[in-house]
Amino acid sequence: MTEKVDQSKRQFLSIATAVTGGVGIAFAAVPFLSSLKPSARARALGAPVEVPLASLEPGEMIRVIWRGRLVYVLRRTEEMLGRLVGVTEYLRDPDSSNVELQPSYATNEHRSLNPEYLVVEGSCTHLGCAPLPRFEVTPSSDWFGGFFCPCHGSKFDLSGRVYKGVPAPTNLRVPPYTFSQTNVITIGIDSGTA
Amino acid sequence: MANNDKKQMESSSKLLNWIDERFPYTETMRYHITEYYASKNFNIWYVFGVLAMVVLVIQLFTGIFLTMNYKPSAVDAFSSVEYIMRDVEWGWLIRYMHSTGASFFFIVVYLHMFRAMLYGSYKKPRELIWIIGMLILIVLMAEAFSGYLLPWGQMSYWGAQVIISIFGAIPLVGEALVEIIRGDYSISDVTLNRFFALHVIALPLALVALIFVHIVALHEVGSNNPDGIEIKEYKDQHGIPIDGVAFHPYHTSKDLVAIIIFLMIFSVVVFFAPDMGGYFLEYSNFEKANPMATPEHIVPSWYFTPFYALLRAVPDKLGGAILMVLAVILPLFLPWLDRAKVKSIRYRGWIYKMALSLFVLSFISLGVLGVLPAEGIYVLLARISALFYFAFFILMPYYTKIDKTKPVPDRVT
Repeated sequence: MTEKVDQSKRQFLSIATAVTGGVGIAFAAVPFLSSLKPSARARALGAPVEVPLASLEPGEMIRVIWRGRLVYVLRRTEEMLGRLVGVTEYLRDPDSSNVELQPSYATNEHRSLNPEYLVVEGSCTHLGCAPLPRFEVTPSSDWFGGFFCPCHGSKFDLSGRVYKGVPAPTNLRVPPYTFSQTNVITIGIDSGTA
Repeated sequence: MANNDKKQMESSSKLLNWIDERFPYTETMRYHITEYYASKNFNIWYVFGVLAMVVLVIQLFTGIFLTMNYKPSAVDAFSSVEYIMRDVEWGWLIRYMHSTGASFFFIVVYLHMFRAMLYGSYKKPRELIWIIGMLILIVLMAEAFSGYLLPWGQMSYWGAQVIISIFGAIPLVGEALVEIIRGDYSISDVTLNRFFALHVIALPLALVALIFVHIVALHEVGSNNPDGIEIKEYKDQHGIPIDGVAFHPYHTSKDLVAIIIFLMIFSVVVFFAPDMGGYFLEYSNFEKANPMATPEHIVPSWYFTPFYALLRAVPDKLGGAILMVLAVILPLFLPWLDRAKVKSIRYRGWIYKMALSLFVLSFISLGVLGVLPAEGIYVLLARISALFYFAFFILMPYYTKIDKTKPVPDRVT
């Protein structure tokens, strides 16, 4: 037993202990952090939803829930589709250039498979409120009808494209969907190359 | 008779000795209570720390009793709150005490913080007390926010939707983070369940621990006073500050008066105006959460409205979120932003007095604007108020340096 303290040995042991403990904590953190992610049940609930369109009148909109999210299905009239042209100069991204926001088959002016039917998530891209349908044209020259978010005043056109100068950064998200039968939309299943 | 008393005292001191040999009871009582000396010139601003403790106890106590009848599930939550209000004996009182307590917590804490700004209590050597206090505020905000989801009303649901979505503004990791907070693809039963866990276990534990550390740090350096001078610099022959009086019984008896008056006001609200015209309990929250429809007018609880107004003042998602976070974080740096040689407002010049007044005005006006819809003139006013709010902090190193201060007396006045 010597009086001398072996400092370098002590330092080595301290660092080795800290590193081993640190690695242990990092591994132990994995199950706890992973448990916070959506569970298998939550993922399974993301099953596709079928929406029959037969009773949907032109100009009418219905709300459905897919994966716990609100989805709007709007049947646009010819007159409504006509308004999509004049509005473009007021929009931030009229060409839907952000490819993550819609499937490729909805990267067009009407942002849909079939111009008549608009399918968008009813969740404002700002902070997630449900935008209100405001389809009528008001006297103000820059409003062509669309969706208005009551929370923070974001505006979207009849294709869910965001206006300039509002807090929402991007267009409304279009979920994957397909026409599974003539008059039925299935939300959650991607359309083949249509 | 007298003999009996003597015997009793002897036996009680025997018990005390027994304890003291095993646990520092007498030492702790002396250090923190009977021989903790605080300045004799405390004024009304010095009661809010104690009142915050009173509200904490009310919240913990009523919270435990609410937990006994509340069910944290999306199916049962709303109706279990109705059950507490209607069927549980005195359940309405316990819940109104808890909901009123939440608002009073913020009233008392905001006033407590304003006191620190008035008398420079955050300045050296109390920087750490201030920082711990700011952490307490942040945990308190999280506690209030997680508690607000629990009744599962319309405002609970959509308020949580908006606030959680703010995290989505963070570049790259935002969307993943939002999913981890919600534990689902939307606000759901899962979210409610985990918010319940945070609200009743994790955050209260953190809150109590931080408050403990806040007080230990305070008792290490000693309380500030309205003159902003260190009473420890003038001690008598026993080493006791000449201008200090013992916390107990002198400050406690004064605090007791404040506590009674506070409880009177608290009771009036609990019994006669528990919803406070829609500000303490929002009317849209009397309707069960409906993921299909956002309420026309969505407003957070009044104590968050100043920060909410900042969020809305910027027509950009990330910008608004950054501004809001900055507004909460910036006060953390007050001890280093403030370059004045004096602590108390009593000896500061007109520039700081004006700056502090404008800051208070901007905070209140942001609070009011946060309730009003974000349109037209209100947005402009919110932007002007935001300018004053941030200017107070950002320009502080400059204006506190050039401000003409008055000479500070040696002893408290």
